[in-house]
Amino acid sequence: MRRVCRVEERVQETPSTVTLRFDDPPAARPGQFVMLWIPGDDEIPMSLSYAEGARKGVTVKAMGGTSQHVLKIRTGGRIGIRGPYGVGFDVTPRRILVVGGGSGAAVLAPATEAALAGGASAVVALGATTASELLFADRFRAAGAEVAVATDDGSAGAHGFVTPVADALLRDRPFDVLWTCGPEVMMEKLVASAARHQVPVRLALERHMKCALGLCDACSIGPYHVCIDGPVFPAEQIAGLPEFGRFQRDASGRRIGRGPPVRAHRTV
Amino acid sequence: MADLRTQFAGLRLRNPLILASGIWGESGVSLAGAHHHGAGAVVTKSIGDAPRPGYPNPTIETFDRWGFLNAMGLPNPGIDEYPQEIAAALAEGATVIGSIFGHDAAEFAALGRRMAATGVVALELNLSCPHAEGLGSEVGSDPAAVEEITRAVVRAQPLPVLAKLTPNTADIGALAEAAERGGASGISAINTVRGLAIDLPLRRPTLAHGLGGLSGAAIRPLGLACVFQIYDRIEIPIIGIGGVSTAEDVVAYAMAGARAVEIGTAVAFDGIGVFERIETALGPLLDTLGFGTFEEAVGVAHEADVGTAVPSAGAVPHR
Repeated sequence: MRRVCRVEERVQETPSTVTLRFDDPPAARPGQFVMLWIPGDDEIPMSLSYAEGARKGVTVKAMGGTSQHVLKIRTGGRIGIRGPYGVGFDVTPRRILVVGGGSGAAVLAPATEAALAGGASAVVALGATTASELLFADRFRAAGAEVAVATDDGSAGAHGFVTPVADALLRDRPFDVLWTCGPEVMMEKLVASAARHQVPVRLALERHMKCALGLCDACSIGPYHVCIDGPVFPAEQIAGLPEFGRFQRDASGRRIGRGPPVRAHRTV
Repeated sequence: MADLRTQFAGLRLRNPLILASGIWGESGVSLAGAHHHGAGAVVTKSIGDAPRPGYPNPTIETFDRWGFLNAMGLPNPGIDEYPQEIAAALAEGATVIGSIFGHDAAEFAALGRRMAATGVVALELNLSCPHAEGLGSEVGSDPAAVEEITRAVVRAQPLPVLAKLTPNTADIGALAEAAERGGASGISAINTVRGLAIDLPLRRPTLAHGLGGLSGAAIRPLGLACVFQIYDRIEIPIIGIGGVSTAEDVVAYAMAGARAVEIGTAVAFDGIGVFERIETALGPLLDTLGFGTFEEAVGVAHEADVGTAVPSAGAVPHR
């Protein structure tokens, strides 16, 4: 059953990214997601970027379609929430390498904060198109993480993708686990890199979703459903699947190429 | 232990538990997963002639344990693309029933011909989706249309045809008779029951499409009644659908007249393991009830003297 709640805070994180804060669901774990309903428009899966405490939050990047509508919601606006759904991150490892691509950092931030609060150490590698689009770098630092960045245009940190930064960290430093969320092509490279260094990987996947209850099959990947078996998976479950990094399904169930889920299913 | 095999409409299934259309049906790997978890057969998503994204979300509303309201809007990748998913399920050994939907007899026939070529063992005609304009129950509420469509598909291809009927009508028995006249090999009953959910603070229907279809435990008595009524009106076999989540539910449908059941909503509540769980419980339950085989239980409730027993003083027999 979905619940309607008020947006209590709205934070412009980057030029293209906004966080909405609200007091629902009552309890959740880092890595879980909610179905966020924009009344009159659509309902989309959003990982919680603030998962603990009474005040939850989601962080949305403008990607067209419904995400564009989410960005228009102001403080005091009403949204519907159902969930939380899915399995979260196990936050017990001690030495964690966190690799976030673009808005992928959103789901990693609360997990990293929880691990750090529990006494873990974390190195966070963040990738973005440009310096102003780096998400949550200050938040990770404030929580006690060491932060390395890479930008496509070289305006902050290393020039280029975040994957070489992560690869160097895996080579030089010991880690118990690598957590990642971002473009699948990035995660695919990280999985290969981490395998070379014998570091287990937990990755958070994104898929088109409808029911979020394990029924409709929209978010299937191999034998798994991202809504109930994920969105956080051990890499060994996902890495060998034909879908990973290659295709997912659009609203009709058609196999479509890599890239973010196609939300533009209002063409009926 | 009682024999769980069932034979009807030319099908021979290892057990009477069938994955309902629209559940785990987008990918062939998922259909195969249901097979590996014990489903006697699996029904595909309803497939049309072109890709169809369905309605925007919210497409589903949940009501605790008693059911779901959904208006997916028949999303499907179309008959050009979907056969690769069927092939993947067949490669894993699944027994696949192909569900199709269309606007009229000609469209159904063309789709039926193509679906029959994919390796499925039977076709199920979606004459019953309660929330799609010009489709589903909008064509399937008219006995003449049901007969015409069924006949067209039966003539267009060689496989057994199952007509999946809507309960959103005054007389589902008339629809079943029409399907039988049209040459159907069996009836699937029921599809979801038209329903509505309203969000009070927002003063609007919750589902993006407004009206939806109710499934789950809430509709089990309704599904049982429909199967019971249809059984007396036709000779062809019936697949019972609506709120099945336990072995007891399966036997109730069998006693009402069903030779198999389809299971959908229970997958959300109990996981895909619901098939194994019911299969494991079904044999001992049939033993306890005195049946040597599942098929012995089919229709036995009709032998009971319902409504014609000598009434207590003053009561009026209703039959």
